[in-house]
Amino acid sequence: MTVNNTHAITPQLIADHGINDEEYARILELTGREPTFTELGIWSAMWNEHCSYKSSKKWLKTLPTDGPRVVYGPGENAGVVDIGDGDVVVFKMESHNHPSFIEPYQGAATGVGGILRDVFTMGARPIAAMNALRFGAPDHEKTRHLVAGVVAGIGGYGNSFGVPTVGGEVNFHPRYNGNILVNAFAAGIARGDAIYISKAEGVGLPVVYLGAKTGRDGVGGATMASAEFDDSIDEKRPTVQVGDPFTEKCLLEACLELMATGAVIAIQDMGAAGLTCSAVEMGARGDLGIRLNLDDVPAREDSMTAYEMMLSESQERMLMVLRPEKEQEAKTIFVKWGLDFAVVGETTDDLRFRIQHQGQEVADLPIKELGDEAPEYDRPWVEPGTYSQQSPHLFAPPDDYNHALLKLLGSPNLSSRRWVWEQYDTMIQGNTLQLPGGDAGVVRVDGHATKALAFSSDVTPRYVEADPYEGGKQAVAECYRNLIATGSEPLAATDNLNFGNPEKPEIMGQFVAAVRGIGEACSSLGMPIVSGNVSLYNETNGEAILPTPTIGGVGLIDDQEKMARIGSADDRDVLFLIGTEGTHLARSIYQYEILEEESGPAPAVDLLMEKTRGDFVLAAIRSGYASACHDISDGGLAVALAEMCIASGIGATCTIDITYAHAALFGEDQSRYIIAVDDQWADMFAANSEGSGVSFARIGVVGGDRLVINEFVDLSVKDMKDAHEAWFPNFMGAGTVAQAAE
Amino acid sequence: MIAALTLVSGQQPLIAWHTDEELPACDLIVLPGGFSHGDYLRSGAIAARAPVMNAVRRAADSGVMILGVCNGFQMLTEAGLLPGALMRNAGLTFVCKEVRLQIANTDTAFTKYYDKDEVIRCPVAHHDGNYFADAQTLEEIEGNGQVVFRYAEGTNPNGSINDIAGIMNTKRNVLGMMPHPENLIEPAHGGTDGRRLFEAALKMVQSRAA
Repeated sequence: MTVNNTHAITPQLIADHGINDEEYARILELTGREPTFTELGIWSAMWNEHCSYKSSKKWLKTLPTDGPRVVYGPGENAGVVDIGDGDVVVFKMESHNHPSFIEPYQGAATGVGGILRDVFTMGARPIAAMNALRFGAPDHEKTRHLVAGVVAGIGGYGNSFGVPTVGGEVNFHPRYNGNILVNAFAAGIARGDAIYISKAEGVGLPVVYLGAKTGRDGVGGATMASAEFDDSIDEKRPTVQVGDPFTEKCLLEACLELMATGAVIAIQDMGAAGLTCSAVEMGARGDLGIRLNLDDVPAREDSMTAYEMMLSESQERMLMVLRPEKEQEAKTIFVKWGLDFAVVGETTDDLRFRIQHQGQEVADLPIKELGDEAPEYDRPWVEPGTYSQQSPHLFAPPDDYNHALLKLLGSPNLSSRRWVWEQYDTMIQGNTLQLPGGDAGVVRVDGHATKALAFSSDVTPRYVEADPYEGGKQAVAECYRNLIATGSEPLAATDNLNFGNPEKPEIMGQFVAAVRGIGEACSSLGMPIVSGNVSLYNETNGEAILPTPTIGGVGLIDDQEKMARIGSADDRDVLFLIGTEGTHLARSIYQYEILEEESGPAPAVDLLMEKTRGDFVLAAIRSGYASACHDISDGGLAVALAEMCIASGIGATCTIDITYAHAALFGEDQSRYIIAVDDQWADMFAANSEGSGVSFARIGVVGGDRLVINEFVDLSVKDMKDAHEAWFPNFMGAGTVAQAAE
Repeated sequence: MIAALTLVSGQQPLIAWHTDEELPACDLIVLPGGFSHGDYLRSGAIAARAPVMNAVRRAADSGVMILGVCNGFQMLTEAGLLPGALMRNAGLTFVCKEVRLQIANTDTAFTKYYDKDEVIRCPVAHHDGNYFADAQTLEEIEGNGQVVFRYAEGTNPNGSINDIAGIMNTKRNVLGMMPHPENLIEPAHGGTDGRRLFEAALKMVQSRAA
């Protein structure tokens, strides 16, 4: 079926495009007449929340985005950060929430494809991927289907493309029952003097279409992603795109080969709102007009209308402005890689966005206004309420600490994610130094003797729900801590801000407070935000998700020989706690799993202390003291110790100071680490710690096959490992492959 | 794989394009892993019919050593250079993990630096590694000692028949294997168990050239 391209512009049609009365009045003014059907689609694509950030822009501007290592901050396809020796790391995180709920495999797959394209559009070769996934309650009828589809989709795309997936998060909570989150991260490496951006320069230059053909898939996807869901979502399946990772791989190789010839002036991938968004951005940024002839666009289907072509979100496509004298050379490269190459237009000096189709001009719009004049809202918001602190004695202790620890280790939100990450190729490219399952994924920098990059993705949505400001701070701090725990210097971060409907003042209040917390933490911890994405309207039938501002961080390791791991402790190593005794049980996994409650305040992050301890731990690892390191997060000290034992296969005997045992073991106080130090250096390490003013305690010795903590915990490493590993495969009903084969 | 060959041999391998009709004179041809043509249709099926495979087939006939890893193994079975087929993993999902491999035959150019029945560590990463052959073929390859690697200690990740992880042709110059020895060849990988396979192959190449 084709959409009639001469639709009458009715109030219903305008509303169906997600455009309100005020916005339409502005559109009439800027167009200078009633827009055509195609033009209405173009305005809608450029002005929807997903592309225009109209609700969030005011607040995003408050984030720290600059730093000595930042080459390009937000505004380009991805952030660019200097890692020395003339190299840069290029990275970003982006959501594909709505498509993944509608069609989990393709939704997640194309999310990975989109973020990879953002990275290689800038001239970087992707070297690492992560993904942060939030699903509904494990017992919700859709959850297993969504987990299976999303994980297979991420693997299906990333594995085939050939990028290692080195980290990520998987959480379950009923508030995601009707609206899961799929946030995909990718990072690449490029030479600092060979970065490509979207700003076009020069009049009368060829605008070239590259990659896969245009089909009807994904028409209107960005507008769909800017609306709440209701029960009719199954009808939205045609707005989800279909991925082709092999074409993307060819596109990567062709783009990098083409860039090396010096032919590329500007490049923009076709992501959300496809041809419309990419062409407008190239023109608007470069103060140029763009003229396109849709008859020259490679089409997958016959008789597509101008509207469909302009709004298609078919994947694996690029738009470039090329040096005319290199056009033939460029074409040869693309033909070699089996990709379409077509000159579809040119740059002009009239600042108009003009579209020809079958001899008719179907759109003629002011390009700067399309790109830059999107409405910007200062939406009403209310300051979120806060909770008073709650002393540990208000929380019931467990009947049996061994049982409680095993239960936490085997709980949906703390159990091993091995079932997930074994479906991702974690080793492709041969540079992975730390697989998922530790604090951060680590990939060495190819061609460099000692350098490596660490990657971590973090947020604790139940904290953000309780206190968006502290939760925002904590998301950054936790990411910082995970990077530090590998021995990497945190460089910068990308944010993926997932919230509900911003037209509700309490949701907007969550957003505002969380951004404030993120901004303060990024400033204090020296991690500027260099790229990001906002996903609003994550609601189904009026119920919002937990506010989930995911932070993806990148750290630099000078010498990978001195890197720390979660599981590399040896017999007789001495265990040190960096930080103080646990006290905070509100919003903890202990409260959620053992007391079956969610109440009270989120743990607060003292950013100055966070930085002091982080600096101290980083220096200790870089000096070669740490044979192993792990941060203390979900589940507290006991879970952190158990995770280290499970990872190394060796037990530990610990004696800790205890005021309230359940808080000391399971409290989620922030800014804490465990470091294992070779026994011959332990006294010297302790003396150094005294001098630094950092709180620390010598808490135990590594050895044996049991974890013993005072008189409270005495469990075999095997039992803990079994509990930790069992939940996910049991939940997914997979059993082991060996059994399936018999 | 290119990085691994460069690291072990000290020189860059030549790279052939899929449409090449001829290959340069060489002593070892490696068909690396990766999802050739997206593994659309069947894994390795389209690549097995690429023009370059005619040249690979001629090289195999003339005794040139050929190693196919993962997708390379799938191409070799699809091209008929090795018997049997690689089906979807029994668990129906992609699997990337470390397994144990028993060296079932050390009397080959690729495995002579391993001990008979030695068990080594090796990563796998595939969706279609479930080796299958009909009863008669299986009897033949087992009888001829064509099975070179077997998944050991209960680590069969994909349901392969007889735990088969890698096989050779009867002439013993073509090896196909699903695991990735190239991802365990240096301390940074956490082990070097895969390295001896490349060292043995290069030794053979050098001795032939000498």
